[in-house]
Amino acid sequence: MADNTPAGSTTDGAITVGQPADARVSAAPSYDVADFPVPHGREEEWRFTPLERLRGLHDGTAEATGGLRVEVTAPDGVTVQTVDRTDPRVGRAGKPVDRVAAQAYSSFEKASVVSIPKEAILTEPVRIAVHGEGGTVYGHQVVEIGAFAEAVVVIEHTGDTTMAANVEYLVGDGAKLTVVSVQDWDDTAVHAAQHTALIGRDATFKSVVVTLGGDLVRLHPRVVYGAPGGEAELYGLYFTDEGQHQEHRLFIDHDTPHCRSNVAYKGALQGQDAHAVWIGDVLIRAAAEGTDTYELNRNLVLTDGARVDSVPNLEIETGEIVGAGHASATGRFDDEQLFYLQSRGMRADDARRLVVRGFFGELVQQIGLADLEERLMAKIDAELEASVG
Amino acid sequence: MATLEINDLHVTVEADNATKEILRGVDLTVKQGETHAIMGPNGSGKSTLAYSLAGHPKYTVTGGTVTLDGEDVLAMTVDERARAGLFLAMQYPVEVPGVSVSNFLRTSATAIRGEAPKLRTWVKEVREAMERLSMDPAFAERNVNEGFSGGEKKRHEILQLELLKPHIAILDETDSGLDVDALRVVSEGVNRVREGGDVGTLLITHYTRILRYIKPDFVHVFAAGRIAESGGAELADKLEEEGYESYVKGGASA
Ligand SMILES: Nc1ncnc2c1ncn2[C@@H]1O[C@H](COP(=O)(O)OP(=O)(O)OP(=O)(O)O)[C@@H](O)[C@H]1O
Ligand SMILES: [Mg+2]
Repeated sequence: MADNTPAGSTTDGAITVGQPADARVSAAPSYDVADFPVPHGREEEWRFTPLERLRGLHDGTAEATGGLRVEVTAPDGVTVQTVDRTDPRVGRAGKPVDRVAAQAYSSFEKASVVSIPKEAILTEPVRIAVHGEGGTVYGHQVVEIGAFAEAVVVIEHTGDTTMAANVEYLVGDGAKLTVVSVQDWDDTAVHAAQHTALIGRDATFKSVVVTLGGDLVRLHPRVVYGAPGGEAELYGLYFTDEGQHQEHRLFIDHDTPHCRSNVAYKGALQGQDAHAVWIGDVLIRAAAEGTDTYELNRNLVLTDGARVDSVPNLEIETGEIVGAGHASATGRFDDEQLFYLQSRGMRADDARRLVVRGFFGELVQQIGLADLEERLMAKIDAELEASVG
Repeated sequence: MATLEINDLHVTVEADNATKEILRGVDLTVKQGETHAIMGPNGSGKSTLAYSLAGHPKYTVTGGTVTLDGEDVLAMTVDERARAGLFLAMQYPVEVPGVSVSNFLRTSATAIRGEAPKLRTWVKEVREAMERLSMDPAFAERNVNEGFSGGEKKRHEILQLELLKPHIAILDETDSGLDVDALRVVSEGVNRVREGGDVGTLLITHYTRILRYIKPDFVHVFAAGRIAESGGAELADKLEEEGYESYVKGGASA
């Protein structure tokens, strides 16, 4: 698959030693937007993003006008609170790392905190439905799960918005948290968010990011380990259509011994100027002996005119690790493949569906959430229908 | 009784902003149960004939007719031709990312047979067919043709032939790139299908080697986009000794 990379895609991986991933960004992390210069677009962390489509989220001109409906459905025992920025849980997972996240942090009014008590084993997911009603919004969401508790949280984004936000996951010792974040926005929405997970001792964090909609979606999932023995699984799935910009920038900071991370993101693209960006920064610091990490990104380009930038970066400062690897590949579904499948009796749209379902199927199975599986495949089919027609 | 009739077939391709005529009046009739070997030098248009029959969009038919049991093949889409009973084993099978062999085979069989094969019997059918072709069962979980060796790709094509049971099978250089053992295994596969008696076979090859394993009823020499001479199996022996030289010189040059 790697050998038919279309023009305009980058799949250059890099393994370097000694340069922290965060050193490549233009300013140190900070809660204060004033600590970040306004990006001009050539910075490492902004070079793939069409700044003019951020509607001022990056340069201080986007004033909050409101217009977001949030509904939280939570099983008994889970508390849902609206708190001030002085709440000790707000900002605990980590600082904003770019200007838009810092703008969100500096501008939000109230934060929402979903709290799952320790040792609670939820049998039903917590559902957070976020519906944009136009306007500009700065948000802050905290999901906190106590020690040895187990929960699934599903965050679903729909409607139209211009939103910058921070989401924090505070995962207690020995807890297991699965978060599914679905970006099913209208095609007009702009959504930029940093998702930071702070993982406790022997805790497990599983993130599933599904990006289907939006004019511009730029997500920054980050993992920080608070103590040894933590495990992070980050799965992602995107379907980038004509004119859409969907960007996922991951950073896993292995600064703690004996932690594991596994990343698998897959995307399909179709239509003129569909643009997907995937950045996978994994940093294994000197102290992080016993680290085991793997990251993978695969893209399937279904039509001409789409562009993929896929850049894995694995940086290793210690030799005392269990494993570290990365892979990135971009393949094309082309006329020869279509002919081959049709020559075996399949109709053109069935052939295309077979390829796309096959491409995502493995990942969807790996996610291991039975009820999500069917919904995801149905959404993929719908994306395909919409443009194959 | 399936009959493929090709009449005065002319085909062009677009290359370098020019239209190039490749097939220049092909006449051939293949009946169920018969095996026709088409032999010819490189570039004479053998694959073009195969692709044109299967309906590849790169090739434009500019004249002539092709019918299968009287039905106009040229009016059918690629998938309709396959469902009508045409099968092309490709010279260069295509990689399909993200699709496992088992999924591909099952989807193909469902399309060709018009209904999904019963899972239990299907799994057995595939396993046995793979065993006969000395294919590792692990193959079923690999992506179609991705990272397959040349020989593995050809076995996979013949596996499809065995499972899809076409009326007319076009085998484009199924022998190329095979060592002697693989050639034997693949030929046995083709012979098993032929022995069923339901298939008419168009065996395209450059070399006579495969004809030691698969005995043709007819041999046609293909040169410069048409059939230059037809005969029985003995024509292959003549080609073995004399090569294609006399046909290349005699044929119109491109
Ligand atoms: N898609 C195409 N575009 C341009 N030229 C083509 C195309 N397909 C075939 N040709 C040309 O048509 C001629 C016949 O090619 P074809 O592949 O049919 O020959 P062949 O007899 O199968 O050769 P070989 O023995 O090498 O497989 C060649 O000159 C080739 O370059
Ligand atoms: Mg050929």
